[in-house]
Amino acid sequence: MNVPQVYASSAPLWAVLASLLAVPAILACTRAPNLREACTLIAAVAKLAIVLTLVPDALNGRAAAIELIEISPGITLALKADALGVFFALIASALWIVTSVYSIGYMRGNGEKKQTRFYASFALSLASTIGIAFSANLLTFLLFYELLTLATYPLVIHKESPAAVRAGRMYLAYALTAGLVFLAGTGWVYMATGTLDFKAGGMLAGSGLDANSLRVLFCLFMIGVGVKSGIMPLHSWLPAAMVAPTPVSALLHAVAVVKSGVFGILRVVGFIFGPELMALARLDLILAIFCGSTILLASLIALRQDNLKRRLAYSTVGHLSYIGLGAALLTTTGFMGSTLHLAAHALMKITLFFCAGAIYVHTHKTEISQLDGLGRAMPWTFGAFGIGALGLAGLPPLNGFVSKFYLCLGAMDAGQTAILAIYLISGLLNAAYFFPIVVRAFLSRDLKNEKYGEASVWVVAPLCLTAALAVAFGVFPDLIAPVFSLAEIIAAEIMQLAPS
Amino acid sequence: MILGHLAVLSIVFFFFGAVIIPLVSRLGTWVPHAVAVATSAIVFVINATNLGYVLSQGTIRYAVGGWQPPIGIELVLDPLSSFFVLLLGGIAVVVLWHSRYPAAAELPGRTAPFYSATLLMLGAFSGIVLTGDLFNLYVFLEIAALAGYALLGGGSARAAVATFRYLIFGTIGASFYLLGVGLIYMGTGTLNMADLSAIMAVTGVEPLLVIGFVFIITGVGLKMALFPLHLWLPDVYASAVSSGTALVAPLGTKVAAYILIRILYFVLNPDLSRFQLPFTQVLGILGAAGIIWGSIMAIAQKDMKRMLAYSSVAQIGYIALGIGLGNTYGFIGAVLHTLNHACMKACLFLVSGNLLAAGRSQSIDALDHSLRKSMPWTSLSFTIAALSMIGLPPTAGFFSKWYLLLGSIENSAWIYVLVIVASSLLNAVYFFRVIERLYLPRGDVAAEEAPVVVADNRPSLVAPVVFLALLLVVLGLGNVIVVRQLIQPMLPAGF
Repeated sequence: MNVPQVYASSAPLWAVLASLLAVPAILACTRAPNLREACTLIAAVAKLAIVLTLVPDALNGRAAAIELIEISPGITLALKADALGVFFALIASALWIVTSVYSIGYMRGNGEKKQTRFYASFALSLASTIGIAFSANLLTFLLFYELLTLATYPLVIHKESPAAVRAGRMYLAYALTAGLVFLAGTGWVYMATGTLDFKAGGMLAGSGLDANSLRVLFCLFMIGVGVKSGIMPLHSWLPAAMVAPTPVSALLHAVAVVKSGVFGILRVVGFIFGPELMALARLDLILAIFCGSTILLASLIALRQDNLKRRLAYSTVGHLSYIGLGAALLTTTGFMGSTLHLAAHALMKITLFFCAGAIYVHTHKTEISQLDGLGRAMPWTFGAFGIGALGLAGLPPLNGFVSKFYLCLGAMDAGQTAILAIYLISGLLNAAYFFPIVVRAFLSRDLKNEKYGEASVWVVAPLCLTAALAVAFGVFPDLIAPVFSLAEIIAAEIMQLAPS
Repeated sequence: MILGHLAVLSIVFFFFGAVIIPLVSRLGTWVPHAVAVATSAIVFVINATNLGYVLSQGTIRYAVGGWQPPIGIELVLDPLSSFFVLLLGGIAVVVLWHSRYPAAAELPGRTAPFYSATLLMLGAFSGIVLTGDLFNLYVFLEIAALAGYALLGGGSARAAVATFRYLIFGTIGASFYLLGVGLIYMGTGTLNMADLSAIMAVTGVEPLLVIGFVFIITGVGLKMALFPLHLWLPDVYASAVSSGTALVAPLGTKVAAYILIRILYFVLNPDLSRFQLPFTQVLGILGAAGIIWGSIMAIAQKDMKRMLAYSSVAQIGYIALGIGLGNTYGFIGAVLHTLNHACMKACLFLVSGNLLAAGRSQSIDALDHSLRKSMPWTSLSFTIAALSMIGLPPTAGFFSKWYLLLGSIENSAWIYVLVIVASSLLNAVYFFRVIERLYLPRGDVAAEEAPVVVADNRPSLVAPVVFLALLLVVLGLGNVIVVRQLIQPMLPAGF
């Protein structure tokens, strides 16, 4: 058995607090924008530094844990930095720094109003995300999950236009319903097992629930995490939420919020039900059907979107289900692929959103049909866009290839040719909806568009960085951060394998 | 010497304050308010002392006037009653502290009778909670009702009409209660609750007594505004003086809920009311129906106070549901929700009082986002209290719903699980509608450009509201302390 050795440490708490404490600081600096942005950047760097200190232990099978206060008799508000949590926290906090730099360029370049509220909500969202990553039990998870919903609501409605308000309502309706359904599932688990602590390999093993109860319970949890992870038919809020400023779409609707959803899927599959029960009650089939059809449908819908951000949103919906489908395979390689894709998609999709934002802030163009020849004017932006697009289509030498390779391996290990086919077809569809954008930008000519230069360096530098990282992680998965090793450990933990 | 009489002092102080206010009101317009706040603060301290004593030393039984029960009247301070009486005192302090300007503005020149009636009502509420005698409870019920009519009926003409209806309903409820008490006295020859309980343990509960209890529960259900006996409530709450509503809404129905708990789980054998007679089942079903009905009606309201009133009907449903579940989690949920809802509702009604004090209308459509600048603290407190009403963590409302949910699952009552989930969404609908109005512009350029008049400028208007909002977060994160220290000692036998 491969159970991480737990030791007491307040580091997970400080990782959450780093951005939580930034909220009052940001609010206090309303009148001094430079100071305010400095608060954000300091918090972001501090957060990443704290998370980095947790990485070596996670690699050695040790997990920092802290129990705060009892929030229900026998259930504490508890944080635990296990490998999966550290993995997710690492991605979210690293990309927050990049996004913060980008936000400064974007928000100022665009002359957006209410920037204090924006940065404060952003910091609160990140605190909730790290809280989700480090939650040691279901109730703590739920607490941060709901907090994330509330913290992102002001970001969705940031423009305060009627469309934004509508999107905000839709987001709340979906997310709050999901949270409540999740709450019902949590209550049920507690009454059935008397505990809510996540356990690698499944906490429900030996709970005595019959197969039908397990199926209902699984569906409750899947609705709970399915909204944030955009599994169809629960995805509609995501394209609507694209009305938010682009840094929000980039970090929250490609990384923090939606990844909290798929992170939830991994927790549910690996730590609540566990591979054995999943297979026994055929829960993997439920997950596979929904995720598989989501991948194909979302890709087809993405083909028909002319609005760049909406196309990216549907692409996100599809790629999130890659991760869910990988988990449904219940194989070591499948879990590895899922975890790796969680990181890979984060890096590539944030690049693409950064590009969309750079185009918007510089030229105010939002539709793909307006992009003719813009690639010549903005070579760095569109170069990065091309890299992200290639990666999402799963071509080497990008990180998207590595994760997809493992997902396909997982499908073969499980003997599921249908799932293998879905991954391959989806790769083609990705190419079909992304490449025309790049081709149009570089090969078509539109003299009006060629007068533009590159956007400001605050905006372009982050997107080049993330694109470069996407290449770097594709070639050397463990060079900069031990992403690959962590994924191996996570998969072994879930599958209850002895550490290799 | 006086320590031996602490049990009765909370009632005595309230009544004494009620009498003294008309006498000292000529000293200055601020005096009635000061006396009322001081009285409730003293009572709060007394009640806190009593609660501490009861938790460490056990139940206090106090024979009023030295007449021994079962002939004389007995006051009983056990963990349940001392908790409720402390809640009464606490809410009273905060609301009365806030009431200075609203009461003076809404009842010019009539604050002395207002505060006098308030203290009379609070004294009677304390009496209801503390007494160990069924008939004495009726007496306090009537005092509370009469004082309540005076309190709520003052102000506008609409309030008088609504209160008249309340009077009719309330009298019917009290008559039912009295009829029940009469039947029980006929059957057992005693009015003392402990005595009655002991007698029933030997003789069993004959049909006559069952009928008596049905009358009592119906009467109390009416006072509690339990669905479908809630019809009197929305009009009264919507039209009354804002400080009056802010006091009656969090407390009045809670006192009735206390009577139900006392009768069902302490006077009657809990096993009897849970498993042999259908009392708790019926209560649970009515509670669930009230939750849904109240929430739907709240969505349909255009007036803030009416919306809050219907939301009260729904929240009383939660408490009834918890009592009706008849298990430990249900009981914890019900009592915790009594506390939480008292704080949330007080906070929300105080916010509506602040709007009125700033010259704002109570119409939800008339709210606009200039409020987030002119009344930032009030708006923020409203938002926190609303999140708690919806039941979002980490506010208090989440945790009482959590216990109610666990109780429902324990009973395999899936319908109740569905009701709790659905009602939270309905709550979200009507509260986010207000939050949106408070924080988002509606393309109205005139309002955008209008100069900001800061209306959150009186500490006595802002501080109580902010205090209650903060308390909601503290109560949420610290709910286990309340559950372990205060609620678990009061669990009825057999739980």
